[in-house]
Amino acid sequence: MSEKIRSYPISTIIKAVLTKLFSSFTDLLPIVLVIGFFQILVLQQPLPNIGEVVFGGILVVFGLTLFIQGLEMGLFPIGESMAHALARKGSLFWLLTFAFALGFSTTVAEPALIAVSAEAASIAAQGNLIGPGEDSLNRYALGLRLSVAFSVGVAILVGVLRILRGWPVHHLIIGGYVVVMLMTLIAPKEIVGIAYDAGGVTTSTVTVPLVAALGVGLASIIKGRSPLLDGFGLIAFASLLPMIFVMGYGIIVFG
Amino acid sequence: MTQFIIEFGTTLIATFRDILPILILITCFQLFVLRQPIPHLRRLIVGGVYVVLGLALFLIGLEKALFPVGKIMAAQLSDPFFLTGIAGAPAPTDWTAYGWIYLFAAMIGFSTTIAEPSLLAVAIKANEVSGGVISQWGLRITVAVGVSVGISLGAFRIVTGTPLYIFIMTGYAIVILQTFIAPKKIIALAYDSGGVTTSTVTVPLVAALGLGLSEAVPGRNPALDGFGLIAFASLFPIIAVMGYAQFTHWAASRRKP
Repeated sequence: MSEKIRSYPISTIIKAVLTKLFSSFTDLLPIVLVIGFFQILVLQQPLPNIGEVVFGGILVVFGLTLFIQGLEMGLFPIGESMAHALARKGSLFWLLTFAFALGFSTTVAEPALIAVSAEAASIAAQGNLIGPGEDSLNRYALGLRLSVAFSVGVAILVGVLRILRGWPVHHLIIGGYVVVMLMTLIAPKEIVGIAYDAGGVTTSTVTVPLVAALGVGLASIIKGRSPLLDGFGLIAFASLLPMIFVMGYGIIVFG
Repeated sequence: MTQFIIEFGTTLIATFRDILPILILITCFQLFVLRQPIPHLRRLIVGGVYVVLGLALFLIGLEKALFPVGKIMAAQLSDPFFLTGIAGAPAPTDWTAYGWIYLFAAMIGFSTTIAEPSLLAVAIKANEVSGGVISQWGLRITVAVGVSVGISLGAFRIVTGTPLYIFIMTGYAIVILQTFIAPKKIIALAYDSGGVTTSTVTVPLVAALGLGLSEAVPGRNPALDGFGLIAFASLFPIIAVMGYAQFTHWAASRRKP
């Protein structure tokens, strides 16, 4: 890498960096416009700590630029090369183990999930669904986290199996939706809102590029699969299955 | 300055801890299962360092700039004084009084989705895989329109107190129907775009809006009604992406008789 960089004139590098920074700035411009519009025209109140806000905005632009650069240099290639290496190895067992472990391990420590399950535990305690003690709260939150992480692991595993076998994606998704609808009818109402939201919080910023690269990498190496038609869909499973598992958990725990 | 360095260090460690499981998993597989050297290892490591650094900077920036402002604005817009113009008046129960909230929900949903790194990642991949047929901005704007409709409708639901499942069930029915008539090629990507919209930028702001609104509107329970906005934000992009694909398909088939 460094040898290559040295062969470019410095002005080219500066230009490339500025182009990337500008593109991140365009990504964030809509937020700036929305906040400006509401503050100036609707609320007509000054923003507190304007200096802090501007500084934060600059950090966001730099952070996003670095992240995108790292995405194309690191996350996409590693996802794809793992997919290719595992497919070449030809061992279904190890490929599925990797798929499950990827889903489970990235979800179980996800901060958004930890926050949501703690919140869910206090709601359940308010509704007298579980005992009020610290102990039962923690146990409930941990159970929720484990069932979401397990469901994401299963989701990636099923998604990878689908790419290998060439099952049509919509059969599985529609089947899943029907299950969600049926379970909504019998699940306790305290768990339904959390279950729906659990589907959304599981897919983090680092997991999504890896999983997308894994799916597309697999679909492009296996004969007869189209990367567009078969490579996508893993993230959809990872948002659908947690809803089913969390509602199932609610039905079992609340009985 | 020292305070900033401490903040940055803490966030950096937290970000690193988040990607640690992935790092361990990939290393174990490379060492014990695949037993092959990784091609372009140096480049990958540099890329990984960029990801961690970039994400940490991004999160600190959001924490400093966007989240406080978004939370203050959500609170100000659902303030009874702002809504009625009378000091000390109770918050109105009529859903038409919350016009600015719906607009704010729609616009904040749209703009945060455009800035969402996960969606950007999927858009880059979709563009690459489709050979440029699916444009990055086209996908991102379509998804963002879906999110803005979803969040706005979700805010309406919190104000009126309609049960969540009615909206979600209807949404699912539409998605299932669209699946049968939308162009096959877009279906998997459409489903995926539902999952990626709700991530680092959108979730904290939308959750703050939902909780603030359900505290302000009389008769709503934040514990029960505050949830569910995220579900709206993941359902409507699916409808939007399939709808847009159907429209372009239809427009293309009309052009050539």
